[in-house]
Amino acid sequence: MCTYITDTITVSGSAKGVDGQWLRVTDASVYFDHPAHALADHTLNIDLRRPSDGPSARVAVELTAESARALAASILAVLDAAPALVD
Amino acid sequence: MYDATLAETIYFPGHNGDRLEGYLGRALDPEPRGGVVVIHHMPGYDRETKEHVRRFATMGYNALCPNLYTRVAPGASPEDAAAAARAQGGVPDDQVVGDVQGAINYLKALSNSNGKIGVIGHCSGGRHTFLAATELPLDAAVVCYGGLIVGDPIPNAPNWVPLVDRSPKVTAPILGLFGNDDKFPTPEQVDVLDKALTEAGKDHEFHRYDGAGHAFFSVDRAAYRVEAAVDGWQRIAEFYGKHLAG
Repeated sequence: MCTYITDTITVSGSAKGVDGQWLRVTDASVYFDHPAHALADHTLNIDLRRPSDGPSARVAVELTAESARALAASILAVLDAAPALVD
Repeated sequence: MYDATLAETIYFPGHNGDRLEGYLGRALDPEPRGGVVVIHHMPGYDRETKEHVRRFATMGYNALCPNLYTRVAPGASPEDAAAAARAQGGVPDDQVVGDVQGAINYLKALSNSNGKIGVIGHCSGGRHTFLAATELPLDAAVVCYGGLIVGDPIPNAPNWVPLVDRSPKVTAPILGLFGNDDKFPTPEQVDVLDKALTEAGKDHEFHRYDGAGHAFFSVDRAAYRVEAAVDGWQRIAEFYGKHLAG
């Protein structure tokens, strides 16, 4: 299924690409659709992007739905465990 | 029959005369033949879609796949271009129609064109194929599991609207190929499309496969289902053989 549903947000941080170079990312797309590489019919896909450097300035991940939920929970748990350090 | 083919990247005028990249596969035999516009799926103008273009050339057609993401990501990899296009909410329907018209113009200008045109697309390309069939004069259209021909509009996605209400505008016979395990379109949504085309008096034939879901033609994905794909290709060959001959 092509869900067509894409959530786009602005982000601030860095991501490391396959060429070993770090990228200061400004945008993220989140969607549930066919993966390009993962072995599943559908995956939760995240594109961390810096569109000002062109479409190839992107770090992509494709996670099974179960993995994506676990990752999301882990991110929130880690942030909640260190409230004094979170801006 | 002389069976040589040539496949190559070309550039041609698309919507509004924009310079568009395309992948052309053509039969070198000078005898007249039909043309097929191959509309790529949402993941982009990728290797497997280009393989479809080459397959149509070996089947005796001239085939052209316009890169619908040429404007947003010229020269980028298919995955990166698809990500950039997705971040912009996809490509507008009127632009797709203009790009398909440009591809039709290119195919009809080839010296061995018989003037007949078919369109085919998978997934979002299936929806775009149905869209083209309502806006352009075609001879045949093949819709492979096109999502959101039937369904509810997607919030905050103005480029993705349902099309089934435009069934009375369809200009060509439609071959529809669907998996019964698909969730987008669901079998119920395929029923709605079938009924709408019947009520509009439009020539169409649907084939629906058990044990197959979305993207069952995709040989490089887990969704590939060999029985459905083999039968589907046979149906396509018969359909185009009937409607693009002459």
